[in-house]
Parts: sequence; structure tokens; C-alpha cells
Amino acid sequence: MAVLVDHNTRLITQGITGSAGAFHSRMCKAYGTNLVGGVTPGKGGTWFEGEVPVFNTVADSVKYTAANTSMIFVPPPFAADAIMEAADAGIKLIVCITEGIPANDMVRAWRYLQGKDCRLIGPNCPGIITPGAAKIGIMPGHIHRPGRIGVVSRSGTLTYEAVGQLTALGLGQSTCIGIGGDPVIGTTHTDALRLFNDDPDTDAVIMIGEIGGSAEENACAWAKVNMSKPIIGFIAGATAPPGRRMGHAGAIISGGQGGAEDKYAAMQDAGVHIVRSPAEMGRRMKEVLTEAGII
Amino acid sequence: MKLHEYQAKELLRRHGVPVPPGQAAHTVDDAVKAAEALGGNFWVVKAQVHAGGRGKGRFKEVVDAATLELVLAGAADVPGKGGVQLCRSLDDVRNAAAMMLGNTLVTKQTGAGGVVVKTVLVTTGADIARELYAALLLDRQKSQILLMASTEGGTEIEEVAAVHPEAIHKVWADPVTGLGEWQARQMAAKLGLSGKAFNGAVKMFVNLYKTYMATDASMLEINPLVVSSDGEVVALDAKFMIDDNALFRQKEIASWYDAGEDDAAEVEAAAYNLNFVKLDGNIGCLVNGAGLAMGTMDIIKFYGGEPANFLDVGGGANKDQVKAALGIITKDPAVKAIMVNIFGGIMRCDVIAAGIIAAVAETGLQVPLIARLEGTNAELGRKLLSESGLAIIPAASLADAAEKAVAAVNGK
Repeated sequence: MAVLVDHNTRLITQGITGSAGAFHSRMCKAYGTNLVGGVTPGKGGTWFEGEVPVFNTVADSVKYTAANTSMIFVPPPFAADAIMEAADAGIKLIVCITEGIPANDMVRAWRYLQGKDCRLIGPNCPGIITPGAAKIGIMPGHIHRPGRIGVVSRSGTLTYEAVGQLTALGLGQSTCIGIGGDPVIGTTHTDALRLFNDDPDTDAVIMIGEIGGSAEENACAWAKVNMSKPIIGFIAGATAPPGRRMGHAGAIISGGQGGAEDKYAAMQDAGVHIVRSPAEMGRRMKEVLTEAGII
Repeated sequence: MKLHEYQAKELLRRHGVPVPPGQAAHTVDDAVKAAEALGGNFWVVKAQVHAGGRGKGRFKEVVDAATLELVLAGAADVPGKGGVQLCRSLDDVRNAAAMMLGNTLVTKQTGAGGVVVKTVLVTTGADIARELYAALLLDRQKSQILLMASTEGGTEIEEVAAVHPEAIHKVWADPVTGLGEWQARQMAAKLGLSGKAFNGAVKMFVNLYKTYMATDASMLEINPLVVSSDGEVVALDAKFMIDDNALFRQKEIASWYDAGEDDAAEVEAAAYNLNFVKLDGNIGCLVNGAGLAMGTMDIIKFYGGEPANFLDVGGGANKDQVKAALGIITKDPAVKAIMVNIFGGIMRCDVIAAGIIAAVAETGLQVPLIARLEGTNAELGRKLLSESGLAIIPAASLADAAEKAVAAVNGK
């Protein structure tokens, strides 16, 4: 079953005719994701690759294809608008890949989503994958394998690193969620842990945080009280200097807040199994599962 | 993108936020003319650099090394004149501008290198009865813009938060309504303002929010926000940052970018769309993805080494970007080894390999290069490197690469 995406996912791509949107729509479809349509304003009525219908609006795509999930590749100036359009059209899961959306645009979009029956993942994220069932995003599908470990991370390639280590050790993944590196995001670490905790097909979770903000601290506070499954934790950026933006718009230590040590302390307090080397995530997971008698 | 104080004040003035009358000047003569034009007999000359601590900073060309040590150590009393000078005559203005322009200001925040001052701001002196603090910024917990103000103006907010958290007041702006005047009134009341100053502060808070939204700011700090003896409310200093992601629609502000304030290597990297941050170590890093790039720095440190930089070539880098990235890393004389760490997703490892080979063919390779390629087309990338005949050290995993890089700088 995993979380959020599976064989019941009916995907559309917003921005399906752009170069990135087209390339990744093709890759997701090749992985086996049920791609039912696409949206590009002004290109409604045409076909993507001769077999996927393109619509002018998300509302049309939902009406004709019963889509329930959207993957957004719309350029940054228009992406927040695209998120709101998807929510208004009744899309249940909105995965926004776009990097570089102005923060004030996201503040408005985030506010618009409150009270709506939908979930946003991202923006500025690699997407979400349930190995063997559905891939929604830009991650390389071939490094994954179906299994029972959940992965949640703010980073793209560092997630691939964790997945690569798990797969090499014979540990498959239930679902991997890239929540994104921006300061304003939809699904948080806390949301992801809650989903994995409730998922009967997930045994344990790798949680990868990074410097900036306090989302990891919040997630740990939640996990300390509620989480019944083991968590392996790593925080990227322990060696980052304060005041500098480390690639991701959200990865900055500012005003004495958002440093890695505070996050590690919160993990420690919540009983998370910490690794200080990103090369140890998979190995530590195997140890913990073995100790717990899960494998 | 950070703005200079004079640029910040120009934006504030345009949006109805009172600032002291002032003019920017690039030459000593212009500074004196500015003071004459402003009139009166009391002026402040302020060096325009991004770094904080200007008042307590000193000029490299003017003071001795021992004094600079005091500056860098954050000493309370440092002899000599700094980057903010009060002037009682036009001669004072001339002397202050002459000391600042073209000279190198060292503050606690600039580090020993300092920053060359190219512009000064000449303003009229202010009548200060009370010093307050106000800032607007994104609250990531609430995903809303936060107005934060305190009665402890002139002090750094981190210090206030540590010592007098009760002096800091907060209200959040709903993006649907913006910052309500009622919220601004609440804030003015919490600061204990009354009469003319109360109304002035309310107007200022509302206009600060308008400035923040209209300019796509990511941080706007007024410290100090001063109340004069006759109740005027004025923004005496301003720290202003613009959201880099919104510069595409802030063309005028984008044109104000001062590359001289940034590290030359970082400016060059930005021209190639590379995310690069200079650090103090000796192992150069070339990585794809921001998280993995931070993780690479961390693992180098974990094995006892020191990273020389953060470098994320991005998700879809081409051969030229990889070549440029390697060029930027090798230009740093401190670099004694290079660790390439690629987990190919969209990024193909053979593209990285081709970029490395092209760069090395052109410039040679003076230091050991350790390459770890994983993910999409990793086999092909490794094959290209091994067949290139270049002395590249292959690594089997992330840990293996870090260990080899640390060993290389230790001469093993």
C-alpha cells in the first residue's frame, strides 16, 4: 500500500509540453505510473506523445480523466498559480517540482491551500515514489526497489544516496518523499513521519534533514510522543557557515537558528538513531532492524 | 540579494517610510556637496558596505594591525574612527569621506580581508529620544510574514532574544488581508508609544509591510527605528534583503547588484549558474544537489578533513558548467585535493566525466582528484575517466571518496 501514491494514482503533468515536463512525464510513464493527462494553457485538444490528452486547464483534465494527482513543472513565475489551480480543480495530491518560486508567491499559495482537501509536496523537490507502483518526480527509478523502509528528505540527491545504500543492502523502500528545499513547503517532515507511522507497510524511516528553519525539531517533538517505528536520522550542513545560503533557498542558518547541532539534539531527545556520516544511513538502518528483530 | 543602506532607504522613501534626508556619494567632493545641499551643521557619514558592525570597524590603511585585531575580536573600545562618523563641520565631512572612500573597512563581520568602500551615505544628524527595533521576515513555522518589534533598539535582535525575550513583540500578516492597521496599532501599543509617535509608528509598520511585498523582500530590518523628541518616527538604519527567486520581476533592484561585495569566485560561479560558497579548508568539492553537497562537506569533516567550498552543479549541468566548476575550484591556492561526488539522477555521470576530462586537458591537474560516480550512466562515466589516462583516483563509495580525499591532503 505504502503512502500517498500507488497503483490508484491517476497522474497529470502541469507543464507537460515544456522540455523538463515532457522528459519526466515520459520517464514516469515508462516506470509504470498511470499518466492520464497533461495541462498546457493554449494546447488543449492536442496529444502528448500521441497518447496522452493535453488540456487547457486542470479542471478540464480532472473532468475528462478523473485525475487525482498532479506533477508540476510550470516555470517559477507561474508555479504558485499552478498549485492553486490544481487545488481548486480537486486534485488530492499536488507534487511541485519547480525550483525558484518567489517565497511571497508561496506564502499566498500555502494560505490558499488551508482548509482544502488536498496535500502539497514541495516545491523545489524531487517528488515522491512508491517503488514498483508509481513514480511522480525526477528521481532515477532504477535505484529503488519495493520494500518496507520509508524515506523522507529535504534534498534530492542525498535521498538518492540513502536509497542507493538501502537497495545495495537488500532493503527496499515503501515510499520515498522528497519534501523540498524551500522555506515554504506543503508536506513537512512531521506530516511524512505521521504517514509512515500509520502505514502498515512501513517498518522504519530514514529522515534526512538539513540546516535552516526548525521543521526537524518539530518533527522530533512529534516523534518523541507518537512514533512507534525506528527512525534513522541525518542532518546535512553541520559544517556550513552561518548566514550563507547553501544552494537550497531554505538552507541557511540565520539569527542563531537552524544550525545542525540543535537538530541533532532534538533527534537525540526523540530517540532517533543518528548518523553523522551520510555514508552510514543504510548500514545503520540494517543494524537497527536486525536489533529490533524486524529482519 | 543584499542591498546597501542608501539603496534600502531609497526604496523605503518611495513607499512612504520616513528616513533621514541623505545622499550617496562616490567621491570626497560629492560627499561635501551632499552635506552642503542637506544644510544644517550636523551630519553623519556612513560607509556603504553590506557587513554589519561598521561603526566599530576600522580602516586597514589607517590603523595598525593590533587595532584590527581588536576589531575582529569584537572589543568594546577600539581607538580611532570607523565606518560611521558624526561630523560637526564640512571639514569633518571631507575628512570622514576621505578616510572611507577607496579604503578597506574591516569589521567583525567582514573578517580580516575587509571590504573596499566605494560609496558613502551622507545624512543629516538625527534627534533621538528613543531607539526601537522593527523587522519583517518570513516565519517558516507559520508560512506567513512576521512583523517583529522591540523596545531595545540599537542592539542586535539575537542578543535581545537571549536576554530580554519579553521585549520582543510579534504579529503575523495574513497574505489575504496584508498587515492590518489594527495589527500595527497593537504593535505600537505594545511598544508603549503614544500621541504623535503612536500614529507615526502605525503608519510606518503598514508602509514597511507594503515595501516588503512590493520589493519581494526576504528580510527588512530597521535598527534603530528612532522616535525624536517631538514624536517623529524615522528609520535610521535599514538592512534589506531581496528574494533572489523574485529578481526576475524586480529589474531595477536587480541592476543595483554590487558584485564587489561578493567573493570573486562566487560571482564567477553564479555566472555559470553554479551554487558556490567559499570555505576555509583545503579539499575542493564538486557535487550535484545542494543536500548531497552539504553532506559531502560533512563527511570530509567526519574523516578529519576540511572542505574548501560548497559547490552544487545543479540537476542538469552540462559539460561547460562542470569545466567551469573545476576551474573555479582549482583557482583557489588552498585546495590540495578535489573530491567529485556525483549521484546521477537527471544528471548523467558520463557528462560529468566528459567535463572533468575537458577541464583537465586544458589546465592540467596539479592536485589529486578523487572521483566517485554513482547512479545514471555511472559505469560509462567511470570508463571514460579510466580510459582518459588522467591520474584520477576512482572511489567506490561516498565514504571511500572522503577517506581518499583526506588521505591525499595529508600526503598519503
